[in-house]
Amino acid sequence: MKTIKRIIGALLMIAAPIILFLLIKGAIDNIHVDGTKDINQPIPWIVIITIFTPISLGLGIFGYYAFQGDYDVLPKSSEDI
Amino acid sequence: MSDTKGIGKIIFTSSLGTLIEWYDFYIFGMLAKTISVQFFPEGNETTALLSTLAIFAAGFLVRPFGALVFGRLGDLIGRKSTFLLTLVLMGGSTFLIGLIPSYASIGVLAPLLVLLLRLIQGLALGGEYGGAATYVAEYAPANRRGYYTSWIQTTATLGLFVSLGVIMLVKSNMSDAAFNAEWGGWRYPFWMSILLVGVSIYIRLKMSESPLFSKLKKEGKTSVNPLKESFGNRTNFKMVLLALFGAVMGQGVIWYTGQFYAQSFLENTAKLDFMQSREILLWGIALGTPFFLVFGALSDKIGRKWIMIIGMLLGAICYRPIFSTFLNDTNVENYTADLHKPGAPFVVVKSDILKTDTIKSINTIVTTTKTQWMLPNNIQLVENRTDSLLNYQLGLNASLKKDAKPVFNGKILPSDMKWKFVFLVWCMIIFVTMAYGPIAAFLVELFPTKIRYTSMSLPYHIGNGVFGGLVPFIATLLSVSFTNDPLVGLWYPIGIALLCAVIGMLFLNNKIDTNVND
Repeated sequence: MKTIKRIIGALLMIAAPIILFLLIKGAIDNIHVDGTKDINQPIPWIVIITIFTPISLGLGIFGYYAFQGDYDVLPKSSEDI
Repeated sequence: MSDTKGIGKIIFTSSLGTLIEWYDFYIFGMLAKTISVQFFPEGNETTALLSTLAIFAAGFLVRPFGALVFGRLGDLIGRKSTFLLTLVLMGGSTFLIGLIPSYASIGVLAPLLVLLLRLIQGLALGGEYGGAATYVAEYAPANRRGYYTSWIQTTATLGLFVSLGVIMLVKSNMSDAAFNAEWGGWRYPFWMSILLVGVSIYIRLKMSESPLFSKLKKEGKTSVNPLKESFGNRTNFKMVLLALFGAVMGQGVIWYTGQFYAQSFLENTAKLDFMQSREILLWGIALGTPFFLVFGALSDKIGRKWIMIIGMLLGAICYRPIFSTFLNDTNVENYTADLHKPGAPFVVVKSDILKTDTIKSINTIVTTTKTQWMLPNNIQLVENRTDSLLNYQLGLNASLKKDAKPVFNGKILPSDMKWKFVFLVWCMIIFVTMAYGPIAAFLVELFPTKIRYTSMSLPYHIGNGVFGGLVPFIATLLSVSFTNDPLVGLWYPIGIALLCAVIGMLFLNNKIDTNVND
């Protein structure tokens, strides 16, 4: 189980920047001046990329912690936090 | 706390306020079309920009920000005062939205005020849930925490139910013109909020502070800097991340897909009648909501983890078959091509000429008609067409040019099919109740009292506001990129739910923390 957790952690560390890259690529591909849908407007993309940057960073940190074995043993109660 | 005396009153007062906050937040979304006509008229770039900001910033940016602001406040000054403040902000801004004159009356000030009030709504919502869930959980006995907090979990769905019900009630008692007028019926649900919030504030003022928080305060053990302790402390921060990626992220997409996306799909993709699509959702919600309590109570017996994960997995497995049924059962393409053929077995239920324009310069009469058909499979269908009579002044040489692409919508399903759809929506609500019912207790048990409000609010609002709220945006994005599959948009909630379920299965603990007094 511990090995699987570490593999998942490594995958998530790789996934985090990829997700951010895909979002930025999605923005570049879909923003059109003449477009009528939300995905064609710059504002939604700016808002989404702004909020997803720290979330992707969080996913990467989660992966890093998992890879380091931080989640091998969870705190037994919140007193341990 | 093991004393259950008065817990009913605590649940009622907490849930009522939270329900009203959800109601306030939803009516804006439910009335989005009318609101956009009144405040964000088409063809104006500034209003289009403000409209987009109102939709996206309120849900995605401001909700998590509200979680941080009010979560911190709740851990510093107490739960009661904080969620009283969020209620005042939410109720006040909702009422004021209902009082803003339209763009036609006050120009760009109208959308600016709407945007400002919508952002305050998002901020207030970000602070409310964590307070209510924490407050109830800190009163609840350890062996019933899942059950008691599940009452708070019903409020988001019931808020949707009440907002749908109020809008339908107002709409069904007046003409469309009266409802959509500048000071028309669409404003009533906003005005009603002040009454609901007034009652709720009165009740909440009589509540006492959470006993656990009062004890900490008395002992001088409250947090000095909840944000730093929540996110700067590695041990706590890793639990925040686990809560987000192992539970709330998946729950958010399940919640959003089962309720909002389902309604939007039925109305906009399956083209069901406005009232019937909402009636189906209302039945699904009404019959499904008690299961929040069932799964909340069950989580006290068998733990929270597996119930939430099974809810996510069921959603991931069943979404495509369910939405595919919606699409196939309402597919009328086989009939629409033959509607006007002589001898075709279709019955005209009603036909109205909506508009006739004579354009003398090009010798043409343009007629817009709306015809309601009854198809052989007992589905009623509205056909909207614009036909042109060319050369009308030349008598015998006049020719009719039929609309090549009439618009079909307003489908009304026969009773058996309607109940089948109610059942399918109910199934999706059950997945929601499984993923969402036990989550308040789960989050409360994950964090210590002194930073509980802050620590649980942020992942909750990122999971629900951002991951859940993105469902329609990503669905549109996918459908533009992969045009062959009309259900391609579902891969986003399916993917997120599966990823979250895998992380949850591997990393979460199923143990119930009996002591939240720490």
